[in-house]
Amino acid sequence: MSAAGASHEAHDAHGHDHHDPHDGTAYHGTMKHYLMGFVLSVILTGIPFWIIMGDVFRSQVTAAVVVMVFAVAQIFVHMVYFLHMNPRSEGGWNMLAAIFTIVIVVIALSGSMWVMSHLHHNMAPMPAGGHEMAPADTPVPVKPSHE
Amino acid sequence: MSASATADIAATDAAMQGPTPGRDFYVRGEHHPENGTLLGFWLYLMSDCLVFAVLFACYGVLGRNYAAGPSGADLFDLKLVAINTGFLLASSITYGFAMLEMQQNHKGTTLFWLFVTGCFGAAFLALELYEFWHLIHEGATPQRSAFLSSFFTLVGTHGLHVTFGCIWLVTLMVQVIKHGLIPANRRRLICLSMFWHFLDVVWIGVFTFVYLMGSLA
Repeated sequence: MSAAGASHEAHDAHGHDHHDPHDGTAYHGTMKHYLMGFVLSVILTGIPFWIIMGDVFRSQVTAAVVVMVFAVAQIFVHMVYFLHMNPRSEGGWNMLAAIFTIVIVVIALSGSMWVMSHLHHNMAPMPAGGHEMAPADTPVPVKPSHE
Repeated sequence: MSASATADIAATDAAMQGPTPGRDFYVRGEHHPENGTLLGFWLYLMSDCLVFAVLFACYGVLGRNYAAGPSGADLFDLKLVAINTGFLLASSITYGFAMLEMQQNHKGTTLFWLFVTGCFGAAFLALELYEFWHLIHEGATPQRSAFLSSFFTLVGTHGLHVTFGCIWLVTLMVQVIKHGLIPANRRRLICLSMFWHFLDVVWIGVFTFVYLMGSLA
């Protein structure tokens, strides 16, 4: 019930601007805003490409983590400066939908990679020479004879 | 909760007795067509985001299964990807300029910036098609390995979105030329701008997760 109440409040709060054809869309960017977003995203794109193409880090894991952090930062920049996300747009429903989507995306991505990497690790037939079939603490099933 | 429940029952009773004058029951939300469109389009974009999430998850799971074929490090030309990323970023800012001109009610310059955006979009597509053609020419077809299947599906789906974005852009340019910057066209332009910037956000994920991290291996 409180959600319905909130939506009514949002409608009341917006109620005055939908008569104005220029303003009914509640979508405003400024030149400064766009340029700021553009400069930030050029920087946030350039650095990861430089890291990978220039082999800046010796450790590949470090490079991967740093590149991921830059990607997340750039996605935020795009959301704020280009998509004009803020907690108030559409009475908060934009933000709510976005948060919900992010939660689902994180669950879907990390969940599938986690589950499938376990499966891969425990069930993939190893080529001759690789003997890390299963961790030591799990019961080892009878192996089909492939040697 | 119980208070609101009784209020609900009272409202239902009132509704069952027929429409009472002076009591707006469920009409309230409907006088907001423009906000409704933008929120609905935003919800569409979020569901599209889920489509891409599934394709990313697919690539994440299958992306290292080369089947003794070529890996990303063998195939990807990062310079090409960097140029392509530049095209898409530039098209984002030029679409932003088009939106600013639209707010100023300048039809000519709006059309000009839309045209520039379309050119960048077309350049992006041309370069991506060249990349695909090159890969297939080298024998790295989608049938070659699970890695390549998931790669072509993910990147191809993004490219398909850009293609439809370009078609939509041309359609809207014709609409603006014919009817001017009427409120309906403004609303459509705003929807397309959200779509276009959203595709740029997805591309961030693609170049990071697929190209840059794929080149590490």
